Amino acid sequence: MSLSQKIRVINLYKTLLHLGKDWPQGYDLFRTRLHKAFIKNRNETDPQRIEQMINHGQFVAKEIEALYMLKKYRTLKRRYYNNDN
Amino acid sequence: MARVLVGVKRVVDYAVKIRVKPDKTGIVTDGVKHSMNPFDEIAVEEAVRLKEKKIASEIIAVSCGPVQSQEVLRTALAMGVDKGIHVEVSGKDYETLQPLHVSKILAKIAQNEKIDLIIVGKQAIDDDCNQTAQMTAGLLNWPQATFASKIEKGDKDITVTREIDGGLEVIKSKLPAVVSADLRLNEPRYATLPNIMKAKKKPIQKLTPKELEVDVSPRIKIVNVEDPPTRQAGQIVPDVDTLISKLKEKGHC
Repeated sequence: MSLSQKIRVINLYKTLLHLGKDWPQGYDLFRTRLHKAFIKNRNETDPQRIEQMINHGQFVAKEIEALYMLKKYRTLKRRYYNNDN
Repeated sequence: MARVLVGVKRVVDYAVKIRVKPDKTGIVTDGVKHSMNPFDEIAVEEAVRLKEKKIASEIIAVSCGPVQSQEVLRTALAMGVDKGIHVEVSGKDYETLQPLHVSKILAKIAQNEKIDLIIVGKQAIDDDCNQTAQMTAGLLNWPQATFASKIEKGDKDITVTREIDGGLEVIKSKLPAVVSADLRLNEPRYATLPNIMKAKKKPIQKLTPKELEVDVSPRIKIVNVEDPPTRQAGQIVPDVDTLISKLKEKGHC
C-alpha cells in the first residue's frame, strides 16, 4: 500500500468511528463491526482494489450522514407536525 | 454583505428518553447526551449557506448556558460559523432562564456587533417556548419573519416564505431583521471530524450577563415537573357485539 493510500484509509476509519458515536444501537456495536470490516481486508495489496474500497467507505460515510439527518427530520416531523397530513 | 448572528441552544438530544427527577424539580440531565437544538442547526445551516453565496460576511453564534454550552458552539463553528460567543449562565440562574432573558442578551450582542440579520431556531425542543425570535425583534424594534421555510436576499431587503396554518405566506422585510427557522428551511450538514478539528482554532469569546448589563434574575418559580400521562393499556374484545356495547358504554356511538 502506498503511503498516501495508507493515510486515506486511516482517515476513513477515523471518520467512520466519529460517525459511529451517534449510531442508534450504540457505539460499541458500530465499532466492532467497523473494525471487523477493515480487518477483513488488511491483506489487500492491489492499489486499485484498495482505491475501490476507500471509495466504498466514503460512500458509506455519506449514507450514514444521510441516515442521521433523515432520522432526525422524521422524528421532529412526527413530534411537531403530526396533524399536517 | 451582511453580518449574521445565530442563536444556538444546548438541549437534551432528541433521541434521548426524557426522565423526570424523583423530587419533581426538573428533568435528569446528568450523564445524558446533549446536542444542539435541531431547529438551531437549521438556523446555523442557513447562515452558512448565506455566507457561501457571499451574502453574509461574518457569522457569529451565541449560546447562553453552562460551560458545556461551548460544545454546541464548537459544533456550530465546525459547520462554518466564524466566531462563537458564550454567555455563561449556570446553576440556579440557568434553571429559570427564559426566552426573555435570552432575547435581551441576543439584542445586546446584536447591537454591539453591528448585526444585520439574526437567525434563530423557531423553538427549542426542551422547553418548546417559541418566543426568542419574537421577543428579540420586539426589544430591538426590528421586523420579524418567523417560521421561515425559504429566505431570499434582495438588494436592501429579504424575502421570506413563512409556514403558516394551512399554507405559506411570503413577506418582504427590511434589514436588519430577525428570522426564525422552521423545519423545512434546509437540511443541516453534518459536522465532520476534520471540520471539528479545524473549529478548535476558531475563537470563542466568553461573556457574562453582567458584562452585557442584562438581568437574569428569575421571573418564574418551577413548582412541579411531571411525566405526561402514560397511555392506558388496550383491551381485546371477543366479538363485535361486545365491541359495540363497550363503545356505547363510553359514549362513542
